[in-house]
Amino acid sequence: MAVVKLFGAWFSPYAYRVIWALKLKGIPYEYIEEDLRNKSPLLLQYNPIHKKVPVLVHDGKPICESTVILQYIDEIWPQNPLLPADPYDRAATLFWIKFADDKGYLMSKLYQTDGEEQQAAVKEWLEMLEVMEEHALIGGKKFFGGEEINMVDMAFSFVAYWLGVIEDVVGLEIFEPHKFPLVSLWIQNFKSIPVIKENLPDADKMFALLKHGREMMLASKSD
Amino acid sequence: MGDEKVVLLDFWPSPFGMRVRTALAVKGIKYEYKEEDLSNKSDLLLKMNPIHKKIPVLIHNGKPICESLIQVQYIDEIWPHKSPLLPTDPYQRAIAKFWADFVEKKIYDLGKKVWTTKGEEQEAAKKEFIACLKLLEGELGNKDYFGGENLGYVDVVLVPFYSWFYAYEKCGNFSIERECPKLIAWAKRCMEKDSVSKSLPDQQKIYGFVLHLRKVVGLSKILCLQHISRHC
Repeated sequence: MAVVKLFGAWFSPYAYRVIWALKLKGIPYEYIEEDLRNKSPLLLQYNPIHKKVPVLVHDGKPICESTVILQYIDEIWPQNPLLPADPYDRAATLFWIKFADDKGYLMSKLYQTDGEEQQAAVKEWLEMLEVMEEHALIGGKKFFGGEEINMVDMAFSFVAYWLGVIEDVVGLEIFEPHKFPLVSLWIQNFKSIPVIKENLPDADKMFALLKHGREMMLASKSD
Repeated sequence: MGDEKVVLLDFWPSPFGMRVRTALAVKGIKYEYKEEDLSNKSDLLLKMNPIHKKIPVLIHNGKPICESLIQVQYIDEIWPHKSPLLPTDPYQRAIAKFWADFVEKKIYDLGKKVWTTKGEEQEAAKKEFIACLKLLEGELGNKDYFGGENLGYVDVVLVPFYSWFYAYEKCGNFSIERECPKLIAWAKRCMEKDSVSKSLPDQQKIYGFVLHLRKVVGLSKILCLQHISRHC
């Protein structure tokens, strides 16, 4: 019986954060794919409050919420740390993780809306990118974590990869590299890390899924 | 530890600010409290929290820490020996952080809907608000506090909302105690401690603040206001 189990969904950036963390630390785990339209009794038992993925189960004990899971993983397996040891630096890191987490809704807000609502979403995306460019990557850092990636890099992964697929689905270019040079460089650096590069959802498959979801949404609006 | 300088930029009705006041009080940390006028934010606030420009901001030896949950964790790490708030066991810590996150995701927004909306929207908010409090009662179980025998992280994160309960009840025309007696018993138990009762404003004062907002501003505009600042 595997000591570590991860319940996830193949397209979820939150599930991927946990995959990257476990792989970076060299922790073997069993991955269980959840169909979120038909959640397993086991998932509902392990996460009765939110009924969501990811859920990490360690020695039979469930941990929910990706940021809580990552902090737990970092405490149990301290090699290749995901958070700084210094309390002040850690507080600053947690600030950026929360900032990124609080912006996660922008993904669905972009591809599940049209017209004015979508324009508002685009504006919010640009504001977030400006903050990243001006405040989060100061000092010419290679990664948010410095020379190595940390939890902040993982938290912003939706900008590095998922945004591109959503842009294709909605036919809009939101991220213009010349407008956000530091973020652009970070994206290239982040995606070239082997653990990240080798563990990303298939872009074509995601495009198809999101495109279908968007078409359903638009169709139901015109009813 | 004698020359530690701790400053808290805050706004008296903010439940997020109350968390930090409570954590500092539990640990017996002396600090300078600075009341912010949110319609005229100080240069210090704008400098210390340039991203969100919101309170509370904790300034420790000149360096800012933002976000109330992060501030409480920071306080716990810097002053670990007196009244530790988070457990030492990693799994218990994860449980505590999960429930703090639950409070963060649900209680403020639902409570705000209860006092700013009417009709069906308000009824739905009341229902969900009570359901969330009941889940918290389930987590509390038979313990005196979420932290066990003493105040812990989840206690500090949740108890500030107790100062807002009277306002929620009057605006929503319901009794939280009737629905969630265990939770009210827990809150009253917390309020027996000076570190909590001296950190939270009187429930009547909060209600007066709500009435003032509704009268001066008009209910429809309240949702647009930043008078109640979410910490971030």
